[in-house]
Amino acid sequence: MTLLITILAAVVTTLIWYSSEKARELRISTLVFMFWGASLMWFVDAVVEFIEIRAEYFTPAAEDMLNDAFLGVSVIALALVIWVVTLLIKDPKKVIAKKLKNKTE
Amino acid sequence: MACFLVPATEAVVTTIATKVVESKEKKAAGDESALAKIDAKKKHFSRKMKWLNAMLWGGSALLAFEHLWHGEITPFFPFLTAAADPADAAEMLHEMATSGVGMAVLVTTVWVVMVLVSASIEKRSEKEPAKEV
Repeated sequence: MTLLITILAAVVTTLIWYSSEKARELRISTLVFMFWGASLMWFVDAVVEFIEIRAEYFTPAAEDMLNDAFLGVSVIALALVIWVVTLLIKDPKKVIAKKLKNKTE
Repeated sequence: MACFLVPATEAVVTTIATKVVESKEKKAAGDESALAKIDAKKKHFSRKMKWLNAMLWGGSALLAFEHLWHGEITPFFPFLTAAADPADAAEMLHEMATSGVGMAVLVTTVWVVMVLVSASIEKRSEKEPAKEV
């Protein structure tokens, strides 16, 4: 479930990056790479788990699925926080720099 | 258990390598004729290496969060719960050698494909204006 949610997030952010100039200016590529990186890593995890437990992998307990879904959403929230913090630090549109400059003048 | 440590270690190495390549490119940028001789695959290579860094660091960070979620990482020594018990530690090392290495290899392979595809797109876009003339 975590893998599925992360792949969906990766695809959606990639489409936003491709179609929106504004999104590219806001460094959405950070999110794209983060989600694809995590998706690939969890994919390997899933393959290893599948080799170990075979068909059982596709019939998880409801409680496990709910926990994994909750984890997936939390992962997206964490990635968004990392992206926003990176955006504010890099300040590509110089918004914070201008604000600070206006205050000091 | 600690599989994310393998791609995280690779991320440290590739980040250092990116800095080295970046400084070499800055030196080469001063010599326009040297830069012109570089083919599309090698052009702005540090920028392409940053893609790999972002995937490795980002993926490792999100996986570290997953391990924290499952109680496999603790904020106190030895930080990895599996490291406290020798039997668990052996299992952890096995997981790092299988899943961890697999993760690093897959991410790097995907990045190599991205670099090759982007180089061919760059070559194509360089040829296109010439066709119009």
